[in-house]
Amino acid sequence: MFYREAGQFKASYQNDQQIFPIRQDQIGFIALMGFLFLVVPFIANQYWLQAVLIPVLIFGLAALGLNILTGYAGQLSLGSAAFMAVGAFGTYNFMLRIDGIPFLVALLLGGLCAAAIGILFGLPSLRIKGFYLAVATLAAQFFIVWVLVKFGWFSNYSSSGVITAQHVNILGVDFRSPEMKYLLTLTVVVVMALLAKNMVRSSTGRKWMAVRDMDVAAEVIGIRLMRTKLQAFAISSFYCGVAGALYAYMYLGTVEPEGFNLDMSFRILFMIIIGGVGSIMGSFIGAAFIVLLPVFLNVAFHSTIGAYVPADLASNLELIIFGALIIFFLIVEPHGLARLWQLTKEKLRLWPFPH
Amino acid sequence: MTFFLEVLIGGLLSGVLYALVALGFVLIFKASGVFNFAQGAMVFFAALTFVGFTEVLPGWTGLAPGSGAVFWLAFILALSSMIVLGIATERVVLRPLVNQAPITLFMVTIGLTFFIEGVAQGIWGSHVRRLDLGIEDVPVMFLLDNFDMMISQFDVIAAVLALVMFVALAVMFQYTKVGRALRAVADDHQAALSVGIPLKHIWAIVWSVAGFVALIAGLIWGARNGVQFALTFTALKALPVLILGGFTSVPGAIIGGLIIGASEKVAEVYLGPYVGGGIEGWFPYILAMLFLLVRPEGLFGEKHIDRV
Repeated sequence: MFYREAGQFKASYQNDQQIFPIRQDQIGFIALMGFLFLVVPFIANQYWLQAVLIPVLIFGLAALGLNILTGYAGQLSLGSAAFMAVGAFGTYNFMLRIDGIPFLVALLLGGLCAAAIGILFGLPSLRIKGFYLAVATLAAQFFIVWVLVKFGWFSNYSSSGVITAQHVNILGVDFRSPEMKYLLTLTVVVVMALLAKNMVRSSTGRKWMAVRDMDVAAEVIGIRLMRTKLQAFAISSFYCGVAGALYAYMYLGTVEPEGFNLDMSFRILFMIIIGGVGSIMGSFIGAAFIVLLPVFLNVAFHSTIGAYVPADLASNLELIIFGALIIFFLIVEPHGLARLWQLTKEKLRLWPFPH
Repeated sequence: MTFFLEVLIGGLLSGVLYALVALGFVLIFKASGVFNFAQGAMVFFAALTFVGFTEVLPGWTGLAPGSGAVFWLAFILALSSMIVLGIATERVVLRPLVNQAPITLFMVTIGLTFFIEGVAQGIWGSHVRRLDLGIEDVPVMFLLDNFDMMISQFDVIAAVLALVMFVALAVMFQYTKVGRALRAVADDHQAALSVGIPLKHIWAIVWSVAGFVALIAGLIWGARNGVQFALTFTALKALPVLILGGFTSVPGAIIGGLIIGASEKVAEVYLGPYVGGGIEGWFPYILAMLFLLVRPEGLFGEKHIDRV
C-alpha cells in the first residue's frame, strides 16, 4: 500500500538510472542517514557506540569488500582479514613515516597498499577457481600475517608486532571521543558503500557478474577476464584494507598482526553468507548479525542460566549455538537475510490486497 | 647428507599424517561434492571421545585402566560416535541442502565445525589430555646404530598404521559391494542413482568412513602432541595437500601429503634461517599456489573441473 511505485514516471534516462529509482526508497534512505548521522550519536551510549555500532560498520565494510569479490565477481576468498591487516599496517606506516600526512590520505594510501597486495594474490585466479582458489587465498592469509610479525619494520620494531594507532586529527577536529569516531567511520563507510552500489550497477559490476556467471561466455562477448578479475581483487582488497585501517584507528586503537587471523576471515565470510551473497545491504545486515550474535548470546546466558553453569561450559554452549544457528540459517534461507528483505518488499508492494 | 635424510624422512612421516587428514576431505568431496571443513573438528572430536572413554570406562565397567579391553572398547565406542555423527550430519544438515551452491555447503560445514568443537569440549572438557597408545617415542635403534640417523619409532609405526589403513580402504573400494557403490557415486551421481544405488545411504556411509579416518588420524596426532584444541588445525595443514593432489584423488592425497610434509620440513631447515624461521605455517600454501599456476588441476585431479 505504502510501498508501490505506481504513478512514479521516469521521464528521462537520468531519472531511470538514478541510484534509488523508487521514491519510497529515497525517502527511506534519507531517513536512515538522518537517523544514523543526527540521532544516533546523541542517543547511543558509550558501550553501544564502541562495542556495537563501530564494529558493525567496519565489519560491514570488510564484508562489502569480500562481497564484491565473492558475491559479484564469483572468486571465493579466505584471506580478507590479511588484506585488512595490510590496510591497517599500511596506514600506520604512512602516518608514522610521513610527517603531517592527513589521516584520510593515509587511509587511502593504506587501502591502495592492500589493493596492490590483493592484485598479487589474485594472480592465481587467472588459472584456478572455486575451492582451489579459496585454498590459494589462504596463502595470502598466512603469508601476510607472518611477514607483519617477522619483519619489525612494519610495526616500527615494537614487540610482537603490536601497533598503537596515532590520534586522528582532521582539519583541527580531534577524533577521540566515541561519538566522533563513530561519525568518521560512518562517513567513510557510507561514501564507500554508495560508491560500491554505483560500481556494481555500472559496466564494472556487470563485467564482474558476467565473469561470475560464466567466464567462458564473458570472454566470448569481449570481457577481458584477467583485467576484470584483477580489478575485482584490487577493489575488494581496497575495501578490506580501509576497513582494516578503520578497525585499528577507530575501533581497537591497538592491533597486532595475529589479530587478523583466519578466524576473522571466516567471520567476514559468514557475514556475507548470512547477509546475502551479491548484495550491498546484505553485507551490513550480515555484519550486524555476526557482531551482535555473540553479544546477545552472552547477555542471554548471563541473565538466564549463566549463574548455574561453569564458565567454560557456557562458552562451549555459545559455540554450539553459534554453529547451530549458522546451519539453521543456511538451511532456512540459503540466500541470506537480504533475500528475506527482498521478499518483504515484494509482499509490501501488494499488501494489503495480494490478488 | 645423513642430516638431510633425517629431515626428509621426518617430513615424509609427518606427511603421511597430513595425507590421512586430507584423505577424509577427498572421500567426502568425491562422493557428495561437499568441501568438508569440519574434518579437522571431526579429528578433534574423535580423539577426544576416545580419550574420554578410556578415562571413564574403567569406572563404569571395572576393567583395569590402560588394559587392552578398555582400549578396544573405547575404540569401538568412539567409532560408533563417529558413525552416529556422520549419519546425523547427513540427515540433519546435508539433506535439506541438496542442490545448493557449493559455497553454501562449505559454509554449513564451517558452522558444523563450531558445533562439533562445542559439543566435544562441552562433553569432555577443554583441558589437554595425554593419549597413550603404548608406543614409545624413541629413535629406531637399527637406524641409529648403522646409519647414525635419528628416526622416531613412533613416527615409523604411525606411518605403517596409516599405510595399512590406506591399503584397507583401497581394498574396500576395489573389492566390496559398498566400495563399488561408493566409486559409482563418485563417478556420476545421476548414473549411480539410475542403477539403483541409494545415494542417501552412500552419503551416510561416506561420512562414517571419513569419521573412521578422522579417528585414526586423531589417535596418531593426539598421541604425538596430546589431545587438544590445536588438533582442529590439522585441517588447515591438509588443505595445501588437497590442492597439490587434487580434490578428487585418493592417491593424490597421499602423494600430496608426502610432498607437503617433506618440502615443508626441508624448507624450514634449509630456507628458514635466511628469513627468520617459522615459514612452516605458509610455505605449503605458497608451494601449492605456485604449483597451481603450472598445473591447475593438481597432480591427479580431474581435468575438466575448476579450470579457467
